[in-house]
Amino acid sequence: MLFGRSGGDMQWCLSQAKGSLDDDVTEADIISTLEFNHTGELLATGDKGGRIVIFQQEIENKRQPQYRSEYNVYSTFQSHEPEFDYLKSLEIEEKINKIRWIPQKNAAHFLLSTNDKTIKLWKISERDKRPEGYNLKEEDGRYRDPSTVTSLRVPVFRPMDLMVEASPRKVFANAHTYHINSVSVNSDNETYLSADDLRINLWHLEITDRSFNIVDIKPANMEELTEVITAAEFHPHQCNTFVYSSSKGTIRMCDMRASALCDKHSKMFEEPEDPSNRSFFSEIISSISDVKFSHSGRYMMTRDYLSVKIWDLNMESKPVETYQVHEYLRSKLCSLYENDCIFDKFECCWNGNDSMVMTGSYNNFFRMFDRDHRWDVTLEASRENSKPFQVIKPRKVCAGGKRKKDEISVDSLDFNKKILHTAWHPQDSIIVVATTNNLYIFQDKMN
Amino acid sequence: MFPKGTKRKFSDSGEEPVPSGEQGQPAPSAAARTLSSSYSLQRQSLLDMSLIKLQLCHMLVEPNLCRSVLIANTVRQIQEEMTQDGTWQIMTQALAAAQCPADRLVATEVLCRQTDMAAQAGQSPKPFSVVGLEEGYHSEEVVMDGDGDTEVTMSTLSTVSPQLSSASYLPGPFGMGPCWEEEEEEGECEEDEEEDSEECVSEGEEADRDHLTGDSRTGEQVFGTFEIKHPAPPPDPALEELFSDVDASYYDLDTVLTGMQSAPKMGPYDLLESLSSHGPTALSSSTSCRSDLNELDHIMEIIVGS
Repeated sequence: MLFGRSGGDMQWCLSQAKGSLDDDVTEADIISTLEFNHTGELLATGDKGGRIVIFQQEIENKRQPQYRSEYNVYSTFQSHEPEFDYLKSLEIEEKINKIRWIPQKNAAHFLLSTNDKTIKLWKISERDKRPEGYNLKEEDGRYRDPSTVTSLRVPVFRPMDLMVEASPRKVFANAHTYHINSVSVNSDNETYLSADDLRINLWHLEITDRSFNIVDIKPANMEELTEVITAAEFHPHQCNTFVYSSSKGTIRMCDMRASALCDKHSKMFEEPEDPSNRSFFSEIISSISDVKFSHSGRYMMTRDYLSVKIWDLNMESKPVETYQVHEYLRSKLCSLYENDCIFDKFECCWNGNDSMVMTGSYNNFFRMFDRDHRWDVTLEASRENSKPFQVIKPRKVCAGGKRKKDEISVDSLDFNKKILHTAWHPQDSIIVVATTNNLYIFQDKMN
Repeated sequence: MFPKGTKRKFSDSGEEPVPSGEQGQPAPSAAARTLSSSYSLQRQSLLDMSLIKLQLCHMLVEPNLCRSVLIANTVRQIQEEMTQDGTWQIMTQALAAAQCPADRLVATEVLCRQTDMAAQAGQSPKPFSVVGLEEGYHSEEVVMDGDGDTEVTMSTLSTVSPQLSSASYLPGPFGMGPCWEEEEEEGECEEDEEEDSEECVSEGEEADRDHLTGDSRTGEQVFGTFEIKHPAPPPDPALEELFSDVDASYYDLDTVLTGMQSAPKMGPYDLLESLSSHGPTALSSSTSCRSDLNELDHIMEIIVGS
């Protein structure tokens, strides 16, 4: 744990790369979501095939200053199955859109996972002992003939191979007409919200047959629909506050104490448009794909197509910081519109002490910004260019003019290789980056 | 029909799209007219692309509402600007006169499948449509394929041509300013749009048939706005006559007039074929592709007339 280090001092090394080496990507293996638990010990990934794989951190030689963490598979289970909506003649995809961990209360771990329509609460528990020596049952489970029982013994727990079981504890279904894009657990640890394109619902973790609708932006006449909800999150400390972002680049903060239906926001965050950059694509690129509160709760970060913005919750008129992720794409917007890349939803994340933020880009590049030292870097997630324990080199994209050696020109970027999901360990300098079907874990050399 | 060898005169101001917001000003210079016609072309292609996107919905899984809303907003934006320009009215009138019986402009309709009504009706997925457009408008895209019924497509294209002024129309850099991308991108867009529109028509037509078997009213509302609902109307005998007069020497004159002297002798269909053979490229594409399309338009105007 080394905080206070400048991003510029960090030396990222590829620690592990997980996933198939094939260039051929199996659709079901495409990673669709990524989430560390609150301690960082567990890393959950969801994929298009509806599966969840949980990795557990194993630390070698923690005593030494340079220890290496390794994440190994802890549990794999099928969270959601494809369904068919007979009424609309539509398939409901099993793709996991979001995973959120519940803060741990006992030995078991709980997480919420959601596809487009249904949220499930999963319990992941370990079993490493089992009872042996029953009086009435054989070891294999068959019942003994009572007449053969001549003595009584007390069954004892004996160690067994560790088994990690995942069991669905609750299923929260039939509450969303549109596609769920966000799930967020409240700081009260009792409630959570789920958001789809037009509505946000509030649930109690124990109650599955009821949910409260707290935001509804569906117009009476659907012809008037021009804006949808793109993401929503609860404040990390204030259990009455949440925010939701829209496709028009606005973020609305709501206070649940004000009224039951939070259609009226208490604050609205929006940056006025820059008239010199106006084009037919202005609205599309302003659409917010992700919103994340800082750990401190003082700031929130939004990701739109070309930039990352940090907002001070006390200032609605404009962000306090704006970081350009890939400004060189601004002149390519028409092509990106044509091939649909302009609709890609990139996520973003904070590091443990909110000093740095990270987000993905194309060509398997991802970007890190150091807020304190005004420093940024572009790195690449690739097996060819990274040897284990070797510090990875920063990459540079040449926007135009003469291309220097080692730079890559905009026209050579592979837009099929996109990094939409990234995660930062809540305490250590460990980052995880998901390419289409591979998971890359990088560690700061001085960790 | 113009006598051979005569360059078409600059058409009336009534047919020229006036740059928005400049209603009471004196006629813009030739350069400005060029710019605005190029801009119109680009804007048109963006509109076409957007409509294709709205139409190509995934039949099995519900389409992404956010994406549909954003595309629909883009279409609305273009439509608003074209309405201000006056190009919208010209285009719809011209298309109505030229091709299909003038259907009413379908009002803004969102046929989101998630509505309860649709669910109860057991409807199949419908795309999110914003501004309804006449079918004739969509058939314009078929022109770019170079396949199919050429008489029909030629007539459709001719009605679009009033937007473009041939006399001052020069293949040149777009340089439109902040609104548009670089030249290369436009050419690439249009190329790919041709290929897209090919697929689009067949996919859309299948979808159309499927949906029309359901609630025919809603099906028509959805797809009727984007589909060539009617079979190709019988070719206009006047147009056929027009074509019979065209011969190779006429094209030579065109190429000379447009300054494309080094280009091989080829007719409009050859041009279309050569364009469609261009595969989709990465973001960089040649400027010659785009200028070829300019030539095509120019040739069309001369052949077909206003």
